Formats: sequence, C-alpha cells, structure tokens
Amino acid sequence: MEETNEKLVKLTIDGIETEARKGETILQVAERLHIDIPTLCHYRFVKPYGACRICSVEVTIRGKSRFVPACSYQVRDGIEVQTRSEEVIQHRKMLLELMMARHSQVEVVRKLAHEYGVDTTRFEEMPSEGCILCGLCVRVCSEVVGANALTFVKRGTDRYVSTPFEGKADTCIACGACAYVCPTNYIKVEDIRDRKYVFSELSLGPTTPIHIPFAAAIPGIPVIDSHACIHMQTGECGICSKVCEPDAINYEMQDTFEEVDVGSIILATGYKTFDPARAEQYGYGRFDNVITSLEFEHLSHASGPTGGAFVKADGSEPKSVAILHCIGSRDKNYNEYCSRVCCMYSLKIAHLIREKVPDADIYELYIDMRCPGSGYEEFYNRLLEEGVHFIRGKGVEVSQMPTLATTTPAASNSKLYVKCEDTLLGMPRELPVDMVILSVGLEPAEDAEEVARIFKINAKGDGFFMERHPKLAPVDTLSDGIFIAGCAQGPKDIPDSVAQGAAAAAAAVSLIDAGEVALEPITSVVDEDVCTGCKTCLVVCPYGAITRDEEKGVAVINDALCKACGCCVAACPSGAISQRGFDDTQIEAELAALLMS
Amino acid sequence: MADTTTTEKSAEHTAEKVVPFEPKIIGFLCWWCTYAASDMAGTSRLKYPPNVSIIRVMCSSRVDPSFIMRAFAEGADGVLIGGCHLGECHYVSGNYKTAARIALLKKTFSQLGVEDDRLRLEWISAGEIRKFAEVITDMTEKVRKLGPLNWRENFEPK
Ligand SMILES: Cc1cc2nc3c(=O)[nH]c(=O)nc-3n(C[C@H](O)[C@H](O)[C@H](O)COP(=O)(O)OP(=O)(O)OC[C@H]3O[C@@H](n4cnc5c(N)ncnc54)[C@H](O)[C@@H]3O)c2cc1C
Ligand code: SF4
Ligand code: SF4
Ligand code: FES
Ligand code: FES
Repeated sequence: MEETNEKLVKLTIDGIETEARKGETILQVAERLHIDIPTLCHYRFVKPYGACRICSVEVTIRGKSRFVPACSYQVRDGIEVQTRSEEVIQHRKMLLELMMARHSQVEVVRKLAHEYGVDTTRFEEMPSEGCILCGLCVRVCSEVVGANALTFVKRGTDRYVSTPFEGKADTCIACGACAYVCPTNYIKVEDIRDRKYVFSELSLGPTTPIHIPFAAAIPGIPVIDSHACIHMQTGECGICSKVCEPDAINYEMQDTFEEVDVGSIILATGYKTFDPARAEQYGYGRFDNVITSLEFEHLSHASGPTGGAFVKADGSEPKSVAILHCIGSRDKNYNEYCSRVCCMYSLKIAHLIREKVPDADIYELYIDMRCPGSGYEEFYNRLLEEGVHFIRGKGVEVSQMPTLATTTPAASNSKLYVKCEDTLLGMPRELPVDMVILSVGLEPAEDAEEVARIFKINAKGDGFFMERHPKLAPVDTLSDGIFIAGCAQGPKDIPDSVAQGAAAAAAAVSLIDAGEVALEPITSVVDEDVCTGCKTCLVVCPYGAITRDEEKGVAVINDALCKACGCCVAACPSGAISQRGFDDTQIEAELAALLMS
Repeated sequence: MADTTTTEKSAEHTAEKVVPFEPKIIGFLCWWCTYAASDMAGTSRLKYPPNVSIIRVMCSSRVDPSFIMRAFAEGADGVLIGGCHLGECHYVSGNYKTAARIALLKKTFSQLGVEDDRLRLEWISAGEIRKFAEVITDMTEKVRKLGPLNWRENFEPK
C-alpha cells in the first residue's frame, strides 16, 4: 500500500491482520488480499448499491457480530471480518435459494447457486425475464455515462428497468455501457436504424471508443476515438483514466502538424480496392452473403469479428463458396488493366476456406489463371489437388433466384446463384452457392491525383504514379528527390512492393550520402550588356530566382534557385536572357534543320 | 488534297509521279508531359502520322513566339505546342504564360489571315499517350486539308 498521511485502520479478515485506509470498503480490502467475495450488483466504477446482498460477510465489533454487505460497508478500526464462516455460507445459501425462485434460468445466478450447492428452491417460483434488478445498467448510465437514459419503474415484485416514460430514450448515445455491465445479458443494444449495434460488429469497424487500432499495430498503444468517447461527448465516464496506472490518458491531446525538412521523399501511398457496388450485377450490398475479398481477409483473421471463424451473415457455416476473379479488372466497363494480385490471393482464399471448412465446395471462376512468381504455379497445382473447382469463365451475375432454365433450384432458399459461361465446357452455367467472394481489383488510392499534384509528379493513364523510366529508372519520378514504391506505382503483390520499397530507399539514401546536389546544367543567364533592367523577368520567374542588381541596373539569376524552365528567356523583351542548352540560336538551328527540304 | 495536280502541267511532267502534299508540322513539346507522352506512345507502339517534327523544351513557357513565326517563315505548315495541363506545370505556372502568349499570337495570325488550325496548343500529360496520337493525327489531317501555307509567297512583302 502507498505511504499516506491518512489515518489507517487495523482489522482482520479471515484471521489475516491488515491495514486499510479510512473509507475503504471490506470488498476493496479483501480484493487486495485476494480473498474472493461473490458480488452481483457491484461494479467498481459505480457507487455501491447493496441490492443483492450476496456479498454479505460477518463483522464482529466489540464482541457483537452481524451481517453487512462487503461492497458498501466501510472498514473501522478493530473489526474482525469473516467472509467464509459457516454462518456466512448459510446466509448466502438462503439468499441464493430465494433468487433461484425468480431467476433459476439466469446463468450467473444458477452458476453461483450451484457453487454453493443450491440447485433447487423451496420457495414459490415466479420466473423473471432475466433481469435480477441489480441496477447496474441504471447506475452506469447515470453515474458513468451521464445519459440518464434508464430508470427503474414501479416497486416491489413489479419493479423493472425501462427508459423514462418507457419510450425511446432521446438521451441514449448507444454507447452500450449498460449491456456491457449487465451480469445476465438481459439488456442488449441492437437494431438502431438499419445498423446492428452488436459487440461482434463493433470490432469490425469503429470498435470501442478506446482501442488498439488493430492487432499487431505499431506502436501497439490504444487510441481514443473522440467522436465515440463518452468523456469527450458528455464529460462523464473517464473510466480509462481511472484504471490507467501510469496515468497515460490525456483527453486534451490534439492533432499537431509538424513540418520536417527532408532531402528526399518516397511515396508509397498504396491503393484502394475496386468498389463492387459499381457493378450492380454482383449483388454486393444487396445480398448479405456477397462479400469482397478484403472483407474475407478481415473475417478469416484471428483478430477479426468472429475470431477467425468463416461464417455467413447469419452465423452458420457456408458449405459452398464461389470466388469470382477480376471484379473491376480486365473489364472495359471499369478498369482495363489486370490487377495482378487477385488470382494469387483468390487461391489463398480458397486454401483458407478449405482449411476452415474441409468439406466445402469451392469454385474459382477465372478468365485466365495468372500465376507467375516464385512458387506461385506450385501453389496453383496444390489447390488443384485440394479439390477446388476451377471454372474458366468470368462470373457475370449473382442472383437469389435461378435465371437459367437449365438450373435446378436448390432445396434451400437461402442460396445465391452465380451465372457464368464455362468456356471449357462451352455452355452457360449457374452455380448455387451459400456465399460469394468478389476478388476486387486494385485502383489508385483515393487521393492519388492530389498527391501527384502536391509532389509535382505524373500519373499514368490508369491513375497510378508514373516512374521516370519503366526499365532504367523504375523508382524515380520526373521530380528530383521524389521516389515511388509499391502499389502507388501500379498493382503488385507484397514481395514486389517490398523489393521496390527497398530500391526506393536505396535511391533516396544515395542522394543523402552524396551530401551535395548537382545543379541543373541548363539554367538561364542574363547578358548584362543587353539587359535594360526592365524587370519583366522578375515577374515571370516562378521560383523568384531573378533579382535586380540595383548598382548595375541589370537582372541577375541565382543558379541555385533557377530550375531552368526558360520562361524568362521567352519573356525578355530585349533578348538578354539565354538558357544554356536551349539557347535561341540552338532552337533556331533545330528549326532550320527540321524544315530544310 | 493533291491540289498540286493541275491540267496545265506540261506533257513532259505528266509522266512524273505526282507527290501528294504532306504537311510539315513543328511540335514544341514540354519535356515533362507531352514530350514524355510522345516517348511513351513510341514505346507503346501507337500509330500516328510522321508529319510532326519535335523540338523539345523544358517547359512550354520557353517557346518564344518568335520561334513560331520563324517556323512558319521557314516552311512549316503548322505548329503544335504541347504543355502540361493547367495547374500541373512542372515549373508551377509556366503554362499559364504559354496560354496567354499563344492566345495573343493566334489573334495576330488571324489578322494576317493564317488559318486557326495551323497553330495549336494542347495540354497532354505524360500518361495521355492516346490523346497524343489523336492530336497528332487530327492536326495532320486538318493541316493537310488546308494545304501548304507558303508563308514566303503569301505573307512576306514582295
Ligand atoms: C484482398 C487482398 C488480398 C491480398 N493478399 C495478398 C497476399 O496474400 N500476398 C501478397 O503478396 N499480396 C496480397 N495483396 C496485395 C497487397 O495488399 C499489396 O501488395 C500491398 O498491400 C501493397 O503494399 P503498399 O505498401 O504498396 O500499399 P498499401 O498496403 O496500400 O499501403 C499504403 C499505405 O499508405 C498509407 N497512405 C495512403 N495515402 C497516404 C497519404 N496521403 N499520406 C500518408 N499515408 C498514406 C495508407 O494508409 C497505407 O498504410 C492482397 C490484396 C488484396 C486486395
Ligand atoms: S526581362 Fe530581360 S531586359 Fe528585362 S530585366 Fe530581365 S533580363 Fe533584363
Ligand atoms: S529559367 Fe525559369 S527558373 Fe530559371 S530564372 Fe528563368 S524563369 Fe526562373
Ligand atoms: S454485490 Fe454487494 S450487495 Fe450486491
Ligand atoms: S513544365 Fe510542361 S508546360 Fe511547364
């Protein structure tokens, strides 16, 4: 215990002598000594309530003993506490038997009663709906969240929890704290508008207000989502700062913008996946069991919403899955180019499904299988051996009803039908499956255009950043000191992205290593004898490279600042400026040569 | 087309093969965009007429209006200026100056009676190789229709 000037009280718990601060409850002291006292209506962040009495212990003061609730009874000097005496056990047994009369179907109650050997009740049974009236939800909502969206209604055996006036609670912020503290899972937060607020889904998207961004995040420290944090919304809660021992929570922290001086920049801003809602025929967004490959990755991941279980939207296991290649790729309607990674990751998906659901029927619908790369063809062969059905023909439509006369409708009406033309069999087919995975292609990142503009680099026709030369300068750009790597330059897999990243890093380092930069050899120069000092050039130079030498009354170009556009040369009314390498006489000679005939 | 064929030509000439008119176009192309596009169009094996002879400049703003005059004077039938899209000039704002200069020049030319299609300003980024090929093809065809400019004969004081 920490050294304090506060008065300490001496007491014994189950014969153990100990000290405690004034104001501490027996439960707090017992917790410190690892003495287990059962509780039902207690939660350490709300005030003790003393509703269930299951935490009752026997306290003896000056020879007199009585039962008190450990969760709210504050220690006094010289008390003796018994948490497990025969009397205490008998007392709890009686309470549990009473509880069993109403809540025998509630798991926490049944389990606790069972621990105390109480499996039946002698009292008249009046089964509740699952609420044990511990009041935790009501108290959390008012004391912690500050929303006051829940309250008790009526008294005695009629008592129940509801919203004020039993209507929609306007003050409810859908934080889910009530559902979290409810020991019986009686209170649930769900179905608000068209979104389901269930905990499994929360971990799919914006998770809890304070969370580690994702498993294996670097740095692996939690962040607070200011839009979801109750403290930042209502000023209440603050639980995280109460439990954080190193006192690391800072609610006042703001985004900061920092300027860093650098000599070279590597743009590795990646890609975005094709949005399959643009291709309505695949039913993405209309059918629950049509998901994208990226969603599959999330679903099948051990830290995903289902802990890695591969399930349909209703939680059941799919027995047949179709993986549709080239969604948004190699398609004149969307992107003409091949996204390069989808064939291989589709194979990986099939392999993962085979692992999770060994007897599943897995279909790969492809245009061509493109598996170049070290070990890739071998992986394809392995999938062939794993019994995956490969159909050469692009999936063209997903529907809930068969559309071909030849299709035999499946017995189950939750099937999805994938239409394709099997070009090896030379006939149209329709596959009834439980789930469809769309292997979406790769597109330039959302802000690629803006990034290209900011860094003054070019993008290719498909929108990915352009390298200075496809073979000779694959990570350089037309802007000196700006390099590109990874999918920002074009679709590629991880090994290729890593290789390109390393190349870009090496190119950047070689600039730093050199320690000096070579100036443009083609800068412009003013002929002092011809310059009239009119200052026309000063205005046109985008880099402010030209100043006027007031003494001589002529313009002077700073070689280090001049980027050699030649704009001033064309602007000078006196013809006083020439650009090295692009001299008027040189260009005129070129012209003459080209027009000679 | 083939407007050099005239019936007045003497009999001895009729045996000779008539050379159809091939327009001569000078292209002043910015190195960062249109010139790069021309390079890519080549490596991509795009087909377009061979009538445009390219002069590379670092920025379209280097193109002195006098170069264009001189090109016409020395026998060009058309001049193409290729620069980066507005807002994308490698030198920040060079192409705005180009746009202003070409607009002025076009006015001068129209007063002289030089057809508008003979001077063309296009923004073609390095990636727009199709656009590059289309512009070259389109301009060549338009100038072919206009026929030779013959600056020396038509516009220079006798
Ligand atoms: C469903 C799916 C499965 C795949 N499976 C595999 C596989 O099994 N094996 C494989 O080798 N490849 C796989 N790939 C391909 C793989 O995802 C890419 O090769 C890889 O992610 C490319 O890495 P990158 O760093 O170039 O881009 P990204 O991974 O996209 O990373 C770009 C990063 O830049 C950040 N960023 C973007 N813009 C900015 C900005 N303006 N400022 C600051 N930061 C920014 C982004 O937040 C992101 O963190 C798969 C792809 C998909 C779609
Ligand atoms: S525009 Fe020409 S004449 Fe005027 S200050 Fe500049 S260099 Fe001298
Ligand atoms: S060439 Fe361009 S950058 Fe250099 S001084 Fe002239 S206007 Fe400025
Ligand atoms: S836990 Fe102490 S009275 Fe319920
Ligand atoms: S750099 Fe291309 S127009 Fe200026």
